[in-house]
Amino acid sequence: MKTIKVSVVTPDGPVYESDVEMVSTKAQSGELGILPGHIPMVAPLQIGAVRLKNGGKTDFVAVSGGFLEVRPEQVTILAQSAEQADEIDVERAVRAKQRAEQRMNEQKRENIDFRRAELALQRAINRIEVSERKY
Amino acid sequence: MASLRDIKNRITSTKKTSQITKAMQMVSAAKMNKAEMNARSFVPYMEKIQEVTASIALGSKDVSHPMLTSRPVKKTGYLVITSDRGLAGAYNSNVLRNVYQTIQKRHKSPDEYAIIAIGRVGRDFFRKRNMNVILDIVAVADQPAFAEIKDIASKTVGMFADETFDELYMYYSHYVSAIQQDVTEKKLLPLTDISSSAKLTSYEFEPSAEEILKVLLPQYAESLIYGALLDSKASEHAARMTAMQNATDNAKELINSLSLSYNRARQAAITQEITEIVGGAAALE
Repeated sequence: MKTIKVSVVTPDGPVYESDVEMVSTKAQSGELGILPGHIPMVAPLQIGAVRLKNGGKTDFVAVSGGFLEVRPEQVTILAQSAEQADEIDVERAVRAKQRAEQRMNEQKRENIDFRRAELALQRAINRIEVSERKY
Repeated sequence: MASLRDIKNRITSTKKTSQITKAMQMVSAAKMNKAEMNARSFVPYMEKIQEVTASIALGSKDVSHPMLTSRPVKKTGYLVITSDRGLAGAYNSNVLRNVYQTIQKRHKSPDEYAIIAIGRVGRDFFRKRNMNVILDIVAVADQPAFAEIKDIASKTVGMFADETFDELYMYYSHYVSAIQQDVTEKKLLPLTDISSSAKLTSYEFEPSAEEILKVLLPQYAESLIYGALLDSKASEHAARMTAMQNATDNAKELINSLSLSYNRARQAAITQEITEIVGGAAALE
């Protein structure tokens, strides 16, 4: 089967690089699946999981926002942070989740800190789910 | 002439100092290598984001975004990156002198500019002179992770968006090589000089070019700040390494000349003693 080169890049260096058959992820406008030969495209991503299918195997990468750039021969994901499923520090994510929940209980809804805590909670839940491969 | 014991004491203390500077030099050398590697692993991300930004901003003429257009300047922001500690030679003073002179030249009153200081030395320098420091961050790790700087970077970009200032310059020390670091001034915002060496690709935008720019441009500006920080961290360690190398060399030279005068003084004492003995023996005959 045809494959496409995928790289996930963060400011702290590349996280994932490989040839895969299909990339599927959640863009801000909805679920996206990319196969080799896709037209060039740019889309912002939601906090979520990127699934990379190759043969019978699927790799998971947790991304915290960022972009998806598609070229005919290559897919690049630019995110401010990203981790592969087995590199996620689950304990830290659990702690972050508790912290965010606590903060959300203390703040008022309109508060900007509330929004930040909400995002932090989303990131933490995303990491936990990806590490458990619930997708 | 100093006594034998005085010279000996000075030699021991200089030796101890040189041991410390030598150790600091080796620590800095190791940190510099690490910092250089960090800066290098950041390059792919930077290149990619620059390419995409350029493709969108230059490729489609009809898109506009506040961060891309210059507006009348009422207030200028200066982002200054220095280190937290001294003993790095001229590293901090070069950057600070450059910023200070520029501000004196361009502005008449403190209302016309605002300073964002990264690093303790810079913050203290501007505070002491009653200059308008609106945001500061100290104790940035030697190998900063993006998460650490994210907060200040997004606040800085946010200040441009809410018109706290209308343009933003960044001052830092650019790492050329282990022995050369240049003070660099870079206009960060508005993003007017986006260029790309790679061939521009025309993309489909999902949902639209405007929506993408809204997310992409702040992220781009934040990565420029992070890139500058990595660059100046590498320079800091390089500058400290060179400074400590010089200190060690100077200490060695000092020890050499002190040992020479120590030996002279000892020889003089021996000669004097012999003369006294000979003189005494001659008087007895």
